[in-house]
Amino acid sequence: MHLARVTGTVVASTITPGLEGMRLLILQPLDRELKPKGEAVVAADAVAMAGLDEVVFFVASREAAVAMPDSFVPVDHAVVGIVDAVNEVKI
Amino acid sequence: MKIGQVTGTVVSTIHLPIVTGRRMLLVDLLDITGEATGDYVIAIDTVDAGAGETVLILDEGTGARQVLDEPEAPIRAVVVGIVDEVRLGV
Repeated sequence: MHLARVTGTVVASTITPGLEGMRLLILQPLDRELKPKGEAVVAADAVAMAGLDEVVFFVASREAAVAMPDSFVPVDHAVVGIVDAVNEVKI
Repeated sequence: MKIGQVTGTVVSTIHLPIVTGRRMLLVDLLDITGEATGDYVIAIDTVDAGAGETVLILDEGTGARQVLDEPEAPIRAVVVGIVDEVRLGV
């Protein structure tokens, strides 16, 4: 799982079967200092509660589809939870 | 599997049920010489690893579901060991 910030939403009224009604978010992946890192991705919102500008954690690949209520769906990134805090420990 | 160093924890209230009651560790990935690669992963802890410890990370979904004993878990990375030593060569 990785950290990301929700930077937008995607609306698609014509969509492949299995994705109907699914909340689609634009995620900007973050490094562990919460700075943007890499390309933005479109992710399904498995918790259905993530809002704009929130920091979330997400899974990619096959695990993203497993995160959805119906696990046989064409999804490659999914939000698994909303981050309250990242506690970094100084070593 | 990968080797990493635990650098923190991630706290979340709203999440999928699979995360409830489990510790999520922020783990910096290391190369075989112990240097940070700059990448990190959030992994579910199964061995009570603490901050600063070098750990073994399984980053593969089917194995992770087996370790967690949760056939439907949307989890790919789990901490499966605490590394005592990495010895290169013989």
